[in-house]
Amino acid sequence: MSADLVRPYVITNGRGLPDNDQFNLITLVTTSDQPRPSQLDPEKRSVLDLCSGGLLSVAEIAGHMKLPIGIVKVLLSDLSSDGYLVVRAPVPPAQLVDVSLLQEVLNGLQARFG
Amino acid sequence: MGSKLDSADGVYLDDAVQIAAKILVVGHFAVGKTTFIGTMSEIPPLRTEERMTQAGAHIDDLKGVRGKSTTTVAMDFGRITLSNKLVLYLFGTPGQERFVQVWEDMTRGALGALILVDPERLKESFPVIDLVEQYGLPYAISVNHFDETPVRPESELREALDLLPETPVISCDARDQKSSADALIALVRYLQTRTDRSTT
Ligand SMILES: Nc1nc2c(ncn2[C@@H]2O[C@H](COP(=O)(O)OP(=O)(O)OP(=O)(O)O)[C@@H](O)[C@H]2O)c(=O)[nH]1
Ligand SMILES: [Mg+2]
Repeated sequence: MSADLVRPYVITNGRGLPDNDQFNLITLVTTSDQPRPSQLDPEKRSVLDLCSGGLLSVAEIAGHMKLPIGIVKVLLSDLSSDGYLVVRAPVPPAQLVDVSLLQEVLNGLQARFG
Repeated sequence: MGSKLDSADGVYLDDAVQIAAKILVVGHFAVGKTTFIGTMSEIPPLRTEERMTQAGAHIDDLKGVRGKSTTTVAMDFGRITLSNKLVLYLFGTPGQERFVQVWEDMTRGALGALILVDPERLKESFPVIDLVEQYGLPYAISVNHFDETPVRPESELREALDLLPETPVISCDARDQKSSADALIALVRYLQTRTDRSTT
């Protein structure tokens, strides 16, 4: 079996990949002011390093780190419950498809590309 | 791996951004999804993969790969900051692979889908249209004309794809930014007419 297939389970300490409602692909994340512990998994350290530069979506974090989304969600969820991340709460779907949001999307597209 | 990236490169979002929205760019093999996302994105498009367990994947996709209990599905995506507080993500994924878990993730919270079609290969678009409809996502059709293909009447295409009369059909060249932006704008205008209807 290739290392590629084993790796995710090592990183997440053998846990499966849970359905995670806190983080979706476009949840926005950055680091909090909380100082880091001296001991931290290298993968978690990498996430914090990346996120310390500013705001990114979960998908972007996965893309930059070249890790599958599911793994990144597990790492983020641990770091967030330990207080190292600030999560900009994802807008719930019902609210997403509201009239003013669509108008803002339209205005933005027209302003940028019109 | 993940070290802090140079913020001068515009990798990070503006701190003021509060809301992230998502539109899917879907279509069959080689129809122009990656091109479209690359044309529109303000960052170099990124790629992520989701690892699927057997439960979430079609058995066919796993056949012949001895000992392999997972498979991956790749998504391309890009980003457009639309105002100081709003960012739009475009996610592209192939339509012929029915990976339930990925489609659930992709469609949850999406405003709608732009389905890219090649008028010379309409049949190949059937599965992806089915999939988008199955997840209840409103969509517009973007017709990517490849070189040398004759332009067919829209009515023919609507009939072949069995579209509702109100479904927008837009001609688009995914290599051209203005043209691609117009396709997105047509989709969003259509989404607006739908919310108008549901709230009245
Ligand atoms: N003429 C024309 N060519 C296009 C258009 N969009 C994409 N192409 C070309 O078509 C080819 C395939 O485009 P991709 O963007 O890779 O297609 P894709 O849907 O991402 O393909 P897969 O990820 O392999 O399914 C590339 O050579 C593009 O340059 C278009 O609108 N018009
Ligand atoms: Mg592609």
